[in-house]
Order: sequence, then C-alpha cells, then structure tokens
Amino acid sequence: MMAKKVLHSLTLNGEQVDVATPSGATLLETLREDLRVLSSKRGCNQGVCGACTLLVDGKPVRACLTLTARCEGHEIQTVDGMGEDHVMATLQRHMVESGGVQCGFCTGGVLISARELLAEDPMPSREAVKTALSGNVCRCTGYRTIVDAVVGAAEELAQ
Amino acid sequence: MSLDQADPIFVGGTVGKSVAKPDNLEKVQGRAEYIADLYRPGMLHGAILASPHAHARINGYDLTDALDAPGVVAIITGDDVGDGRMGAFIKDEHAIAKGKVLYVGEPVAAVAARTEEEARQACRLIRVEYEELPAVLSPEAGLEPDAPILHEKLSEYIKVFDAGSEGNLCSRTELSEGDVDAAWADCDVIVEDEFTTQPQAHVSMEPCGALAEVDATGRVTLWSANQSVFRVQANVCESLGLPMSKLRSLTPRVGAGFGNKMEPHIQPITVALAMKAKRPVKLILSREEDFEMVRARHPYRVRMKTGAKADGTLVARDCEVLVDCGAFADDSPGVLGYSLLMCGGPYRIPNLRASGRLVYTNKLRFGAFRGFGNPQVLFAGEQQIDQIGDKLGLDPFEIRRRNMLQEGDQWFVGPRIGSNGLARCMDAVEEAAKGPRADGSPRNFGLSVTAHISGLLGTGAIVRMLEDGTISLNTGATDIGQGSDTVLAQICAEELKLPFDQVVVASPDTDGSPYNWGTTASRVTYTTGRAVKAAAGKVVEQAMDHAAEMLDCDVEDLELREGGRIGQRGSNTDVTFAEISGRAHWAVGGPLVGSETLVFDEPTHDPKRAIALGLPFPRIGVFSFAALGVDIDIDDTSGQVTVHEAWSAADVGRAINPRLVDVQLHGGFVQGLGYALYEEMVWDGARLANPSLMDYKVPTARDVPDAIHTFIIEDPDPTGPFGAKGAGEIGLNTVPGAIANAVAKATSARHTDLPLTGERVLDGMLGPDPSQD
Repeated sequence: MMAKKVLHSLTLNGEQVDVATPSGATLLETLREDLRVLSSKRGCNQGVCGACTLLVDGKPVRACLTLTARCEGHEIQTVDGMGEDHVMATLQRHMVESGGVQCGFCTGGVLISARELLAEDPMPSREAVKTALSGNVCRCTGYRTIVDAVVGAAEELAQ
Repeated sequence: MSLDQADPIFVGGTVGKSVAKPDNLEKVQGRAEYIADLYRPGMLHGAILASPHAHARINGYDLTDALDAPGVVAIITGDDVGDGRMGAFIKDEHAIAKGKVLYVGEPVAAVAARTEEEARQACRLIRVEYEELPAVLSPEAGLEPDAPILHEKLSEYIKVFDAGSEGNLCSRTELSEGDVDAAWADCDVIVEDEFTTQPQAHVSMEPCGALAEVDATGRVTLWSANQSVFRVQANVCESLGLPMSKLRSLTPRVGAGFGNKMEPHIQPITVALAMKAKRPVKLILSREEDFEMVRARHPYRVRMKTGAKADGTLVARDCEVLVDCGAFADDSPGVLGYSLLMCGGPYRIPNLRASGRLVYTNKLRFGAFRGFGNPQVLFAGEQQIDQIGDKLGLDPFEIRRRNMLQEGDQWFVGPRIGSNGLARCMDAVEEAAKGPRADGSPRNFGLSVTAHISGLLGTGAIVRMLEDGTISLNTGATDIGQGSDTVLAQICAEELKLPFDQVVVASPDTDGSPYNWGTTASRVTYTTGRAVKAAAGKVVEQAMDHAAEMLDCDVEDLELREGGRIGQRGSNTDVTFAEISGRAHWAVGGPLVGSETLVFDEPTHDPKRAIALGLPFPRIGVFSFAALGVDIDIDDTSGQVTVHEAWSAADVGRAINPRLVDVQLHGGFVQGLGYALYEEMVWDGARLANPSLMDYKVPTARDVPDAIHTFIIEDPDPTGPFGAKGAGEIGLNTVPGAIANAVAKATSARHTDLPLTGERVLDGMLGPDPSQD
C-alpha cells in the first residue's frame, strides 16, 4: 500500500518548503520524488558511495540514510542551491577547470564534502583532502584532478 | 567571476588545447540530468522480479495477488514477449526470461506501478512456478560430457560469425602463425604457467536505468543510460520484434559506462512495460541489481608458454584461454577473439598460436569492460617477458626493446600497425623512474607495456552551418563523461578554423543522428573523429565555392582564415561564414551541410600470414601503445601492496585534448589498481555474495598515491584525425602485469592469480619461490 503521506516543513537552500512525503521517507526520496530536487543522486542507497551527500546545518550527511522527519527545523543545502556561496563557486570553477569532472554523477557529493572541508580547514593538505573525500566514490577520474581542484580552490580563497 | 560568464577556457580552443568540457558546468551546479532525473507526465515506475535460481524451467506464473496490489498498472513476464532474441555476436537472449531462467538475478517479471516502492512490493507477490535444473557454475563444468545444457536451441540461433557453438560451448577461436610446435626446439629458455583472473564489476556511479513512452501511433521513445543509442535501438527491436523505425532511442547525460552500458540492460523490459501499461515507465536499478543483473569483466584461465633464444629474442608463444561467458553471449565472443589477437603483446613473435573457448555458465553475462580481454592475457604475458629477462640477465626495458614491434610490422594475424610510439613510451618511463627513491631506498619496480586498437566499425558525422555561420555537429556518439563531445567539437572547430565555442554538439538521437556503433573500444576520437574532420572539410569546400562567387575569383586563390572567414590570398578582402551561410540559406545553393559516413575496413586477417578460425571481427586496427612502471611497497605483516609511485606513458597519436587524455590515464590506472589488488566478485554457490559497495571494495581517494606521473607521447597516425588514436582503455591494461612484476621483484615470488591480495602476497613471501619451478 502506498505509504501514508505526512506533511513536513523544511528549510531548503534558505527557503521554507512544505512537502507531503511518505512516512518513513528518506531525505533523498523526499527531495527527488516529492520536490524534484535532483542534484543528490542515488548511487547505492546504502550510505557508501557519497553521491547523495548534502549539507544539514552545514554538515555533510547522506541523504539516503537521513529520515525527512528528522530534518524539520534544520537547514538543508543542496549543491544546486549553493551557487551564491563564494567558497562553493570557487570550488565549482576549479572542478570545471582542473578536469575533476568526468561523468559528473559523483560531482555534487564531492563538492559538498569539499565545501565542508574548507569550512573546517581553509588550507588543507592533499592528504587532508583525500581523507575528506574518502566517502565519495569516483570511478572515472582516479581522484587526482579532484584533489587538484580542491587544493587549487583553497589556495585561491586564501589569497 | 561567475561561472556563466565567458571564460578564456571556453573560447579559442582547438586541437591540442585542454579545453574544459562544456558539460562540466551543469555537472558542478547539480543541473545535469541523468536517466533517473527524467520525469514524464503520467509516468509510472518499474521494478523487476529477479530469479532466485541459477537454472530452472518456468512452468507458469500466478500474477493474481500482484495485479491486485495497490498502484499496480501492468506486469510483464516471458509470456508477453515473442520469440525475438538479441545479441551482438550470437542472438541468444530474450528481452526477459522466457521458458527458463539461466542465472540468479535474471529478470523474470517486471511491474509498472504508481511508485517505485509499490512496484517493488508487487514484485514480491508474483508467484513463479519453477522446476529447478542442475546448474553449470564454471566453464570446466560446462564442458563435461554430461553437463546440463543452458541453451538447448543454440544451433538454431543467428550468429554473425563462424562461432563453432556446440553444447555449452558458446564460441571458439583459433589463431596461429609460424610453426609453434617446431619452434620450441629453437628456444634456449622456456617459461610456462597457468594464470587465473577474477570477475570485476564496472561500478559506474550511475546504476543502469531506462524510461520508455509510447505515442498515439504506437511508436516508442526510449531514453536510457547507454554507450550507444543505436545498439539500444537494435537490441530492443530485435528482442521485442519491433521495426527499428518504430523506436526512437535518446540519451540523457550518462554516469559513466566502462562497457557496462554498451549492450542492453533493462531497456527491452522497460519498453515492454510501457507498451503494456500504455503509460510512460521509468525503471532504475538499485546498486545491488546493477551488480547482479547487468554484466561484468570475464574471469579467465590462461595457459601460456613462451620461449626465447639466449640473446632474448622471442621465438614462440602458445596461449590457450578458457573464458566464462555467463548465461548469454553478449560481447563475449568479441572479448575472446580480441584477447587472443592481443595475447602476443606488442612484440615480434614469429611463432604464435592462440586458442580459446568461451563457455556458457549459469551466472550473469560477462561482457565488455575497459580493456576487453587485453588485461587478462597481458597479466600472463608481461610476467613471462620478465621471467625470460630474469633468466637471461636482461632488464625489463632491454628484453622488451629487443622484441618490440616496429612501424611497418604487422600485428599478429595481420592488422597493419601505423604509428608506433612504444619505444618513446618506454624511454619516458625509464628516464623518470631511474635511480632510487628520494630517500635513497631502492625501488620495487615493475614494468608492463601494451597496445590497444581504436579503429572499429561504422560511424558518421553531419556538420551543418547555421544561418549565422556557427556550427551544429551531430555524430550520434554518446558522451559518457569522458569528453567525446568536446574532442569531436575540437576536431570540427579546427577543420573550420572556428573558435571552439562556435560548434555545438547535438545529443545522440536515432531519428536525427548518423549511425554510430558506440562509445566503446577506444574508438570515438579516432573512428568518429575521422568522419567529423571529413564532414567539416566538405562544409569548407562548399563555403569556398560560395566565397569564389561572392569575391568573383577562383577557388584556388582562396584561403580559409581563423574565425570563420574566407579571403583571397594576398588581399585583405574576405567574406564571413555568416555572409556565406546567409546567402546559402536565402539566395543561392541551399544551406551548407557536410556529411561523412565510414566503416573501418582495414582487414584484421592476412591469410598469407596466418590461419584464423572463428575470428569475430574481420576488420579492426590502428594501434595505440603504452608503458606503465610502478614502484610498490609491501607491508611485511599483512602482505598488502600499495603503490608508492607510478609512471604511465601512452602514445595516443595526437592528444586532441591533453587534459582529457591525462584523466583517462589516471582513471584507467586507478580502476586497474582496484582490479590488480582487491576488486573481486565472489559467488557463494550460484549466488553473488558481494553485490554492494559495502562488500565490493573500489578504490577511494585515500587508496591512490599522489605520485602518479603521466606522459602523453604523440606519434601521429597518418589515418587519424590530426593524427589522433584512442586513449580510453590503454591506461588500465598494464596495471595488473606491472604490479605483479613489481611484487615478483620485491618478494621473489611469482603470482599467477588475480587479485594480488595481501593474503596471496604474504603466502608468496612465506612459501617456496614458485618462480624457481
């Protein structure tokens, strides 16, 4: 039977959003199926691949492991809504220019993890970048160009 | 600066420049649309019921409860599809299991319902009456005289080559030149071993999916994750008995492929569901289903014997492989044939014999995966080259240099070799890797070299000059993220002397694009690039004719100038593409369109040179070359191998976009690293035991060394567009062999089984030295 829908009030990319979503829905399901916010991807639905990573109260979480009901009153940010964030925009530009983007399916999650890293550690070492991105699987790039992009963005932002 | 503003990297880029892919922008903004991101009005969601048995007859279905379940609109089973069978080499596969199931995980029924959850729940209510049959779980078992037979009607299936199919033998291939049996007497040193390689999962980050909708006339529009909209069209139409004109195949952005999305996955099922439901249906696989249902890299058993003279000159090689096909032929006959074609490596071996058998088993189909059979035989061959060198006191570079193929040589059984930058690849690696590590400690160095083709099958290009003089390029080649749209636009822009950003690339569409066999076999830059360059050249010719009339001069006096202008030599007067195209559209001659189609037609087999039986592709060629050096560390207590430093050099003819070539080398290396060290699909009886990213480990950022050095070698091929050859697979091929050679150097133990897990390496360190056998 179709799960009963429950009304939730969420803060998504700075806007108040009311959404009716099945009880027990994950944030990934609510965003994609009920709100058509599609930048978080379902790569494994098990919290391993990192393609659904987004920010809740500024911290990266797996949308596929997060219940929508637990997000009321918390600030949700997705990569499609963060273009005005200067750090994110810098990261995005470096990803574009460094060749850190291939198929792009992991890219949103990678950027979210990198954004959180730069909030915690504005001048991370390559090792720190790799550790921060170790929960975002990329099968295309071999990671080198992604690490280059994050380090490059950090250096530019520090100037 | 805003991302949307024109940036220097998006203009003025042509061949040889590292233009950033335009699709990067939408991808970093989270706006790229993959198959799961597409929605249609009234769309339903699909789900699949998978077989719990490896081999069973289907005696009937009871759909009563499932049809009554909430939200269910339609259910299909094998009863809903006709007798049509699809397959690239042997047409042995229905759209969905019909009559029998052949592996655990094979689709048996599919449900379309209002939501994915409802569709999945309804699948659990479908009752299938099975009669279990004994299963074949290895190729060896499949060849036993009393083995259960998977495909009882194998002899009746359509085959596109002389497959020699019989019983569970899907195909066999035998190639030979020289006289191998007699040649052993001329050898001073002979090495012989049996090698095994494991199944590897592609793990494209995007699981497979499709969306189909039927219009009022019954015509189908199908979007899917794919490596070829044309192979999707062919497979769906063959398996469902549709005329190809009744199906339009399109592509959204594709979240990588590596071979997994070249041939069909669930497109035929999705189309059948949409036809029955009379509503659009989207079906997206879970990660577990993607592991269990689609395809994987073939496990190989390779028996190889190689002999050389005392000076290191290779004399003979005999290579025999046994390949697990899985339940359906898919690309397997091609993989078998290609691995045999490549099993001599890029060496002159005057007496070479290669034979192989491909055997049906009750597992998911094995199929195309970056490397296409080359990594498996190279793992064996490159170790034997080192073993011979060790016995003769020749270092890894020297033994290879003494034997490598030269420009003008023919490849095994006959393909022409064009440009050959292998020597330069080896030089680059040797120079960069020489000496000890920075801290003075010695290296644990291993080397492997390889070659890979890039010319194969049919392709086309249509170049249209729009009214304002800008260009629309349409090739039908799916860009799976590697950047072929960018590279093809660069080739087009270069030929027209236009800035890169004045060429737009159309999305592949079987209604409007010229045929393209697929984004596979490292072929798009070379094969499709040739068509693009020729088609753009035709537009230039047409523009020249207009310009001659407009400037009242002879075509011979004209020159094409940068930025879309044609002028008289020695004069400043010129006309712009916009002026020419406006004239063509509105006054004289008609719009400018250049098109070219071609099929790669250089023969694979030279009958004067070699004997070939069961060769699945008669025309293949144009070789890229590569060398990989690795310096490894081994943990004394766990045996775990880590790469300290690596040097990857590839001759790609001409790097149309060096950064995109570089990323191919890095990405190929890391995918090869997982293959060499730990990735393995494991079966528990008939059931895949690790179909999840929790249990199937792929490399993460922390598993990759920083010191991976890449070297792009450019030895232009005269037939390639601006000299270019392929680059997509070659960076992976060499990884297992190079690491195995480094492990042998570090531990004095040879390893014949992949992956090189810590346990195996530790056993080698503790046990007797097998290389002394």
